[in-house]
Amino acid sequence: MGNWPLLSLITFLPSVGALFILMIRGEEALVARNARMVALWTTLFTFFLSLFLWIDFDVTTADFQFVEKHEWLGGNITYHMGVDGISMLFVILTTFLMPLCILASWEAITTRVKDYMIAFLVLETLMVGVFSALDLVLFYLFFEGGLIPMFLIIGVWGGARRVYASFKFFLYTLIGSLLMLLAVMAMYWDAGTTDIPTLLAHNFDPSLQKWLWLAFFASFAVKVPMWPVHTWLPDAHVEAPTAGSVILAGILLKMGGYGFLRFSLPMFPVASDYFTPLIFALSIVAIIYTSLVALVQKDMKKLIAYSSVAHMGFITIGIFTITIQGLQGSIVQMISHGLVSGALFLCVGVIYDRIHTRDIDAYGGLVNRMPVYAFTFLLFTMATIGLPGTSGFVGEFLILVGAYQVNSWVAFLATTGVVLAAAYSLWLYRRVVFGELTKDSLKDILDMNRREVLVFAPLIIATIWFGVYPMPLLDVTAVSVENLIQNYQQAIAAFEAGAADLAVAAEPQLGDAQL
Amino acid sequence: MYSAIVFLPLIGALIAGFFGRWIGDRGAQIVTSGLLVISALLSAVALYKVGFAHEPVKIVLFEWIDSGTFELSWALRVDTLTAVMLVVVTGVSSLVHIYSIGYMSHDPHKPRFMAYLSLFTFAMLMLVTSDNFLQLYFGWEGVGLASYLLIGFWYKKPSANAAAIKAFVVNRVGDFGFAIGIMAIFLVFGSVEFDTVFAAAPEMAGETFSFLSWQPDIMTTICLLLFVGAMGKSAQLLLHTWLPDAMEGPTPVSALIHAATMVTAGVFLVARCSPLFEFAPVALAVVTVVGATTAFFAATIGLVQNDIKRVIAYSTCSQLGYMFFAAGVSAYEVAIFHLFTHAFFKALLFLGAGSVIHALSDEQDMRNMGGIYKMVPMTWLLMIIGTLALTGFPLTAGYFSKDAIIEVAYAAGSGVGQYAFVLGVVAATLTAFYSWRLIFLTFHGTSRADQDVLSHAHESPPVMMVPLLLLAAGALFAGVAFAGSFIGEGAAEFWNGAIFVLPGKDMLEALHHVPAWVVWSPTVVGFIGLALAWYMYIRNPEAPARLAKTHEPLYLFLLNKWYFDELYDLIFVRPAKWIGSFLWVRGDQRTIDRFGPDGIALSVLAATRRLARLQSGYLYHYAFAMLIGISALTTYFIFAGGAH
Repeated sequence: MGNWPLLSLITFLPSVGALFILMIRGEEALVARNARMVALWTTLFTFFLSLFLWIDFDVTTADFQFVEKHEWLGGNITYHMGVDGISMLFVILTTFLMPLCILASWEAITTRVKDYMIAFLVLETLMVGVFSALDLVLFYLFFEGGLIPMFLIIGVWGGARRVYASFKFFLYTLIGSLLMLLAVMAMYWDAGTTDIPTLLAHNFDPSLQKWLWLAFFASFAVKVPMWPVHTWLPDAHVEAPTAGSVILAGILLKMGGYGFLRFSLPMFPVASDYFTPLIFALSIVAIIYTSLVALVQKDMKKLIAYSSVAHMGFITIGIFTITIQGLQGSIVQMISHGLVSGALFLCVGVIYDRIHTRDIDAYGGLVNRMPVYAFTFLLFTMATIGLPGTSGFVGEFLILVGAYQVNSWVAFLATTGVVLAAAYSLWLYRRVVFGELTKDSLKDILDMNRREVLVFAPLIIATIWFGVYPMPLLDVTAVSVENLIQNYQQAIAAFEAGAADLAVAAEPQLGDAQL
Repeated sequence: MYSAIVFLPLIGALIAGFFGRWIGDRGAQIVTSGLLVISALLSAVALYKVGFAHEPVKIVLFEWIDSGTFELSWALRVDTLTAVMLVVVTGVSSLVHIYSIGYMSHDPHKPRFMAYLSLFTFAMLMLVTSDNFLQLYFGWEGVGLASYLLIGFWYKKPSANAAAIKAFVVNRVGDFGFAIGIMAIFLVFGSVEFDTVFAAAPEMAGETFSFLSWQPDIMTTICLLLFVGAMGKSAQLLLHTWLPDAMEGPTPVSALIHAATMVTAGVFLVARCSPLFEFAPVALAVVTVVGATTAFFAATIGLVQNDIKRVIAYSTCSQLGYMFFAAGVSAYEVAIFHLFTHAFFKALLFLGAGSVIHALSDEQDMRNMGGIYKMVPMTWLLMIIGTLALTGFPLTAGYFSKDAIIEVAYAAGSGVGQYAFVLGVVAATLTAFYSWRLIFLTFHGTSRADQDVLSHAHESPPVMMVPLLLLAAGALFAGVAFAGSFIGEGAAEFWNGAIFVLPGKDMLEALHHVPAWVVWSPTVVGFIGLALAWYMYIRNPEAPARLAKTHEPLYLFLLNKWYFDELYDLIFVRPAKWIGSFLWVRGDQRTIDRFGPDGIALSVLAATRRLARLQSGYLYHYAFAMLIGISALTTYFIFAGGAH
């Protein structure tokens, strides 16, 4: 691909597709069909292009690759794009899930199809932008811009309580965003630039670090979401259309984890070190608390949403272990969770499209009429439980290995989540899929059609593949993660040496006084 | 060849599972059974090559995980211990495959069943051939998955679904310990590969490390954590509750998974980790006590159960206890030998019971059986053989292995050894009693079955009887044929370093120096049990009911399985659900949302309404404040004491 601006192409191609859709005029059914086709081909081609990122990726360097840099907005802010081993996989995950979302919405969305497809394509641009932006302002624009299409997707195509859900979603993220904006400005005043690679090398004053860390934390913790700012997620998931849930769980939640990896750890290492126990405690509470809450849910989507919060708790633990296993595990787990929870929401979508309820009690015995569906659902249930051989296991286990090295209590308490996950997931599966098929509404339910199988097949392959052979993911991330840890530890060591110097400087006076 | 042994069943499972619709029932049965028979024959060759010609091998397949220093590959390691397991697993599995062709002949989902069986076999083979702890864990969870699927095979039955979930979740509790153990191993040894870990084990003996808030002995901690995993998988006391319920699965499943192979994985794990356990005497003592207690406890419950399969299930639980206490006194070879012989006679008993159930139109309650030995003479004879082997009748397989376990417990000379010896002998009496009780209730006396059912009673077809005959041959002769190699003169040469015992602790030698009364005691109590059972169920059939009446509390205590299920329901299941609802309603909805987004909205809307609301529900806010306090406290602990 030589000198092509590959990242910009991947980022903005979906928006070009959206423009095309905007121009479609004519009879409603025809418009809908064309909008779907354009969206599908655009996202497919974007995915195809993004594969070149992976193919041409140099795994031996921690530097940013595919860099593009142009002057923008008068010189202080630049249009700066690039990916490294930490961000590249998220770009691929986004472009990979997109066509599947379009396919999953093929028949489910019947009203305002054109607008829906435009919203999704714009969302894709913004999400890819988040993961490849190398300028803080640019990042902020993509990061916050992503809220708008998501807000619309829930608010327009959502379920009965969509207004409440989108309002809650908005309120939570808004507060985080405002604090982050303040932090961005503060960083600019301190460092004189918003260029991320420059900021990565900039040493912020330790006391300033803590404030900046907290401001970013407010935004990322809501996105992850961490306990106790997680309550927007179940409502948002419940009301969002299927594909919206997939993107929400698959990509949007990952922005929080990515933010910790890109900003909090490397830019504010001293503060990260200081706040690590807080993160651990909140994550452990999240894992146990939300797992127990998941156990008693009556709504399928809510159950999976709560399980997402628990899984994201593992990820935040992994990130703050600052060990290779913990960090690589977190990245693998984020990719895996993107595939698996996305697939689980698609599984709910399959039967929601047929029966139009998410109430667990309305189902039962589906295996009798839907064996292919039963198999698919089982596979992803097992992956979410973290069965070895699925991608869920690799990430989860690496995180726990990392956590154990840092603090055995953290690993011990987090591992209880593994037991609870088995309980709520299998119980859900049993109530929906197993048993006699007695309910009249289910008597004529049909198994997955070819389109639906086509949606799930890539997810199944990826889940098993990365479970048995996760090396492609680990190879890509290894050098960048090692580099991140090395810089982090150097910064901590320098800070502690500085603190020790101060102590040494203070000591003679103390001695004098005693004399 | 070794790859073929492991992967042929997987291929069979995939073909039967995904193409069952195209190749038909018969096709699926032929493919899966055929591939397993090939795998079993190759395993026999493997045992010869590894055990007798001494050519252990290690095949590295490809890299699995490489993250920092956490690196490992998919690999097949075949030493004598593995080779023995290969023979047990593929041997019993292939016979069960063939048997299932007949047993499941009326079932509409044959390809699915065969696929699950083969999938299970693959996972079990990955478990026994693994070269590192993580692959072992893969197989471990894989057999758990297959077990879950097979227990819940008849998915229309609510009881089967409940049993399947219970099996998986209880096993997960065990796996919790196992997983933490693997993490601790990595922290201590910097690797999870067997060779590296085992080689470094002696240096860690007696050292301590920081675990949670304590400074325990490294080897003891690691071994106990691994043993928690073993307890789950092998249904030892406290984590045993899933096994009896697992009998909801089709009988061939009970024979293969819940008797011969999967449940013995825990014993295999302890034997495989003998280089670790040898340096953890406290852990070994725990293994002995838990094993002996389980052997006794499960046998007492077996006395009064009425479901034919549940009796055998408790018997399995009890026999696994025997294997554990043998391992606990460092007689790993004896434990594995009993695992080997037990696979034959217990599979025989289960499949024989299956044959009875098949003959009596799916009746499992022994109270509705009796007097059918004339109608199913072959089955009766085979069940007698299985019972003789289980009760350790002279020269049958159990006589060599089980008696050796009891003797070795005595020979250990330690306090826990004595404990195990006494409980082992008592349990042997009980074993003989419940085993013969089963035979008498099922086959002898006057029939209590429906006339209608009896008129249909028939001997099973050859496809079911031939596997039974082969297993019976094993139950009779596996002991006499292999005792020399496993635990006799040729043992050191046979095992060839696959099992490690501290020098100077030669239990196999000690076996030959126990007093004569110890040698004879298991045989004698076996006959006592037989005589008692005969007296109570043939000679004097109203005696059991009278006994149950006079000792009603004890009878109910045993019949209700020591009330473990009720207890667990009370202390785990209900509180979990209650806390879950509490956190959801009071935590998320009434506290976080109320003071978070909803609260903001409200404050904008109407202050008066908010005031009214504040007057109720103080209690819950206090409770919630407490929860936040707990998390703050956790934070403090992690700050203060936990790090590094």
